[in-house]
Amino acid sequence: MRISFISAQRERRRGFLARLAALWVVPFFGARGAGAQETIEAIVPSVKDITRGAPLRPGKVQLEMPLLADNGHVVPLKVTVQSAMTAADHVRGITILSERNPRPVIARFQLGPRAGRAEILTRVRLAGSQRVVAVAAMSDGAFWYATAEVTVTESACLDQS
Amino acid sequence: MVARVQVPQQVKRGELIEVRIAIQHVMETGFRYDDRGRAIPKNVINTLVARYNDTEIFRAELGSGIAANPFLQFYTVAEASGEIEFSWVDDAGEKGTEHAAISVVG
Repeated sequence: MRISFISAQRERRRGFLARLAALWVVPFFGARGAGAQETIEAIVPSVKDITRGAPLRPGKVQLEMPLLADNGHVVPLKVTVQSAMTAADHVRGITILSERNPRPVIARFQLGPRAGRAEILTRVRLAGSQRVVAVAAMSDGAFWYATAEVTVTESACLDQS
Repeated sequence: MVARVQVPQQVKRGELIEVRIAIQHVMETGFRYDDRGRAIPKNVINTLVARYNDTEIFRAELGSGIAANPFLQFYTVAEASGEIEFSWVDDAGEKGTEHAAISVVG
């Protein structure tokens, strides 16, 4: 009798553990699946104001941010665009957009062939875990982008929270 | 407004130089309230321009998404000896300027 009681308890515990595991796993994979189908316009709608209908493709841009930021007030950001930076072929501008900040446009940079290298470093504020998008406008009228996903443990208290 | 500009003191002509600027500024978002519950007005450095011997080489339009005491680093090609001058303005209309001398050899 005693043995069966223990196994029943153990079984209940197993069931609980399995459900606990499911709680963790399902939203994780669910979120990933949805993210893959999402267009860049869905993440940051304000991107339309930059491209004005021109095609926006992933690539050429590299956005480096920490995977985990324990403070949303100061998050380092490095954006690099592959370009020869000559008079004929250069980066005209780079825009940094946020998915969840109350103001989606973090910064707009204008540069030209005199930059020599299209690379900018700065520090941004992030209101919670989100994706950050960097859009580069090239001299030939093309637009390229890159995203970076940052997990923020303590958000920048932009909304008094 | 206190600011610091960092450029290499001496470079060769045509070399790529790293330009850095850090400005002391609250970059107030406009989403915060003071201890009496009044909204603190937004006040960020909205425009920053860098000129190299009077030619504009870099321009940044910043928002409240830039961290307090903004820091920026970018590149430019050393062309001639002279100055890299920064000027900026915040939402309150306060202007600031800072410069660094650069000597180009060869």
